[in-house]
Amino acid sequence: MVKLEEYAPVVGEGVVAELRLLGQHLIGKRVLNVNSTRVGGGVAEILARLVPLLCEVGLDARWEVISGTEEFFGLTKRLHNALHGKPEAFTAADIEIFNHTTEFNLKNLDLEADIRFIHDPQPAGLIRARHDTPGWIWRCHIDLSTPAPGAWEFIAPFVERYDLSVFSAPQFGRALPMPQIMIAPSIDPLSDKNRELSRNEIEEVLGRIGLHNDKPIVTQVSRFDRLKDPIGVIEAWKLARRYVDCQLILAGGSATDDPESVQVLHEIREQAADEPDIYVVDLPPTSNVEINAIQRASSVVIQKSLKEGFGLTVSEALWKAKPVIAGAVGGIPLQITHKYSGILTHTVEGTAFWIKMLLSEPSFAKRLGENGREHVRNNFLLTRHMRDYLLTFLYLSHRGESVIYL
Amino acid sequence: MTPNISAKEAFEFHSCLSLTLLTGRSARDLAELVEHLRVVPGAVIYHHTHHFLVQHQFLSPEPPNDFAYWATNSLLEEALGEQLAAINLMRFSAMRDLRNAIISVIQRHLDRATNLRAAPAGEEFHFKQSASFVVPTGLRAFDLRQFREALAHVSITSISFHTFDARLHLERGDSDFARWLDTSLGEHALADSIRNIDPYTFTLEGLRRRIITLIDERIAELG
Repeated sequence: MVKLEEYAPVVGEGVVAELRLLGQHLIGKRVLNVNSTRVGGGVAEILARLVPLLCEVGLDARWEVISGTEEFFGLTKRLHNALHGKPEAFTAADIEIFNHTTEFNLKNLDLEADIRFIHDPQPAGLIRARHDTPGWIWRCHIDLSTPAPGAWEFIAPFVERYDLSVFSAPQFGRALPMPQIMIAPSIDPLSDKNRELSRNEIEEVLGRIGLHNDKPIVTQVSRFDRLKDPIGVIEAWKLARRYVDCQLILAGGSATDDPESVQVLHEIREQAADEPDIYVVDLPPTSNVEINAIQRASSVVIQKSLKEGFGLTVSEALWKAKPVIAGAVGGIPLQITHKYSGILTHTVEGTAFWIKMLLSEPSFAKRLGENGREHVRNNFLLTRHMRDYLLTFLYLSHRGESVIYL
Repeated sequence: MTPNISAKEAFEFHSCLSLTLLTGRSARDLAELVEHLRVVPGAVIYHHTHHFLVQHQFLSPEPPNDFAYWATNSLLEEALGEQLAAINLMRFSAMRDLRNAIISVIQRHLDRATNLRAAPAGEEFHFKQSASFVVPTGLRAFDLRQFREALAHVSITSISFHTFDARLHLERGDSDFARWLDTSLGEHALADSIRNIDPYTFTLEGLRRRIITLIDERIAELG
């Protein structure tokens, strides 16, 4: 298990000392995290690393996962899409499905804690166990800037009962009766997905999954999800490839709470069928070293999202000092300043243009990547995330104060 | 005076860690921006003029406050952006005065300009504020040498707290470092040299180095 002191060479001794200091003010606090999947997706990855570190600085932290039927996860996927703006109709039967699964989990999960940190809409209904107990925080990891009619209304009656809410970017905040905190997510520089890899390790991993480093690699790593616009990536690559010889890797996988991904993967394979230079890699959720190797082997990394919670894969690629071309949506502009620490685009054509540019001008591409890495070091590593969570827990008993002396 | 003479009272190093809160207020154009600026808490003004200090520790091309950045990049009002970025924060020791200065720059622009642009959808200005947690680091100094050693090791949030928060956010009107050197150690000239630094023109690591250099020079002088 990774220890806090191992982060000191990456972020500095002072940052680690501050985390220990904050932990002393929360010694023994029982913090329960609840989300909807143990593996796959950014939320699960962060919790897997953060929970042991919270324990190391003195908190009694644990992590539970709700269970649900295929029907429930089908509904929450539709809710997820609708919260991102895709029109969906929700019926009384849907509410019944949601309540039924919530009821099941209320009976089967141990919710005893001082602070209950509930992640995303799927387990939001657990607030029904609140009664008079304080210390409920709802952490929203998704883009709520333009929800479709009915979607926010579906979840709002639950969210409104929490003591604090946490969003990833300012435009995601909603009209709510409690304080709203902004916390950007983060990546873990010591995880298998982000740690340094030797050239040999990279070659070995690529070979194992049938990839070759024989021509420049353009990559998008993300779940197979329409909101990540994988078809748009293929179109942009096809436009660029007329002028620069390169291959395209679409690497991703599915999460247990994302049944739609199978259908999307099928569509991608159809689009890529006649292109020998496109590699569609369907990876199991634990393929962290593989993703790391693919990102490190890439000349350009793309994240052409149409909607995005935060877009952690952007920080992953920037941390590897890669030039990134990404959609200017959700939390991505917080990670990339256009033409300084990456490239922000809005269209297939723009993405194609910048693929050509970055492959043709490697020194400019290198500078973008290096600036991006420093920006991630200062703002998007796990230690900053942990600090913000510790401060949020402390804020529960100081709501409304602007200067708090500990 | 020798560098080992003890102070009347120890200097206690504190860190300041900020949590960002959303206020629910947003503006699409300059008129709305000014309306909100008149009524938001001082902590909101402080956040938008100071959070860059910690978030962009390395030199970045971004203007040093959010109002300037928004005016330039979302409203395409480059002249206004430049004027807002150039507001000399060292002139102010009260949030009220800083607020008035920002409002007056924008108001002057509004009075002169025609055909002002609204921000494109998705690029509205979202007002935020910080909850600042002040934490004792356990590091303390009784004399100049101890002070110099501690300064070299504290986190940059401690440098930022004793320099920026102390002067403007907490409205103490002076850098904590300068005040302690002055009143507790009697190092009046050194205190003045630190007061004369414009900290807004340094990165936090650069500021740390600059103050340490001044102290080292004084220690060498004292022998």
